[in-house]
Order: sequence, then structure tokens, then C-alpha cells
Amino acid sequence: MEMTLQHYLILSAILFGIGITGVLIRRNLIVMFMSLELMLNAVNINLAAYSKYLHTMTGQIFIVFVMCVAAAEAAVGLALIITLFRNKATINADEINSLRG
Amino acid sequence: MEQVAFYILAFLAIVSALFMITRINPVHSALWMLLTFFSVAGIFVQLNAEFIAAIQVLVYAGAILVLYLFVVMLLNPKSHGFIKIPFRYALGTIVSIILVVQVFIAIKTSNILGHEGGITDQMIKEMGNVKLFGKELFTNYLVPFEVASILLLVAMIGAIVLAKKE
Repeated sequence: MEMTLQHYLILSAILFGIGITGVLIRRNLIVMFMSLELMLNAVNINLAAYSKYLHTMTGQIFIVFVMCVAAAEAAVGLALIITLFRNKATINADEINSLRG
Repeated sequence: MEQVAFYILAFLAIVSALFMITRINPVHSALWMLLTFFSVAGIFVQLNAEFIAAIQVLVYAGAILVLYLFVVMLLNPKSHGFIKIPFRYALGTIVSIILVVQVFIAIKTSNILGHEGGITDQMIKEMGNVKLFGKELFTNYLVPFEVASILLLVAMIGAIVLAKKE
């Protein structure tokens, strides 16, 4: 049996679903961010699979940009979490209920 | 052989992702995330994307994971990881299962593909993945590449401004 595009798409969908579950059920902001990274990884698998099966390089180029955005998001997001923790002494998403500093 | 490797890597990725979202201690979550990243790097090698696999290990498993571990250790939060109400816990799981099933149905029923590119396996064998990748990136995608560097610079400055003490 040959490896098909569907194999990779299904793996990607499962990983994306696990990422969504993580964002929905966890209340720890850092772990919610980790689930976000997992979803970005699932998308990267999709892009790489299409890149292979369509005989093109564009998918792999886009993975680099996705990784770049993920790195920027992690840097800014974690800086925000640190600031939040300094002001409120918590990173539980349920306890953060005011936008005013 | 190829399929056996794929199933092992996929199994590792899914199991470690499940462990990642269910561990209460965020440090354990980060370490399970590391295993997921390595398995995904293996999947990239299978897909003829060796360069992507290398930067997956360097950027995700190296830089981003260390950043997460650093923040977790710095804050050492006391809060419990999960939402308190079991009903909502189940609801979140059901919502994501429905979403994945929808995606499965879409994958099974559609066979729409885009335009075929001109890169054959023969070309990859002759020139190598990295050379083809660099050629494409620095000709057709040069402007987005430069914009990405500006984005990273802005993110770095933003992180410094946000996290520094008054």
C-alpha cells in the first residue's frame, strides 16, 4: 500500500483537534499557548504534504513563514503573560476578568 | 517500510500531544510538547522536506520550547491547570471531536487539488531539497522574507518593552 495525501491530512486533523481541545479545556495560559503551537504544527504538516504531492516548493516556503509568526507570537505572548503575572499574580484564564490595569 | 515509519511517528505525535494537554504540571506539558515536535520533524523528513525538519528541531524544539520552559520556571504558577466544571470539560472535548469528524468527511469526499508544480523527484535527487528551497525563497518570495525579518524585529522590541520593569 502506497502512502497517500490522505494519511498526512488525517494525522494533521487529529493533531489540530487535540490542539483545539487543549485551548478549550485548559485554564493555564501557558498551556493554552502550547496548544496553539500544536495547532500551528498540524497546519505545517498539511503544507508539507501538499508541497510533496503537488510537486511544488510553495508549501515549504510557507512553513518558514508560519514558524516565523509562531516565534514572534511566542515572544510577545509570553512577555504579556509575564506582565500579567506581575500585576495580577495569576495566569489562570478564569481569574482574569478585567481589562483595566 | 515507509508506512511502518509513518505509523510509528504518527502514533508518537498523537500520544505525546494527548499527554501534553492532560498533564497538570506545565513543565511536564512542555517536555511532552518536545516529543511531539521531534515526531513532526520525522514526518517532515518523510515528506522530502529535510530543511524544514532541521529548522523544526532548531526553532521549535530549540528556541521556542526553551522560551516556554523559561517562563514556566520563572512564574512557577500555583493555579490548577484545568477548568473546574466537568460539564464544560466534556463539552470542549465533544466540540473538538465534532470538528475533527467534519474535517475527516471533507478529506474523504473531496479530491480537489491545486496546480501541479514543476519539481519532480528527479530534480530533488539531483539538486537537493535545500538548493531548490533557497532558489524559490530568494527569487519568488524575497519580499515576504524581508517582511518576516521586520516582523521578528518588531516582536523582539515589543517583548523587551513589555517585560522590562518600570
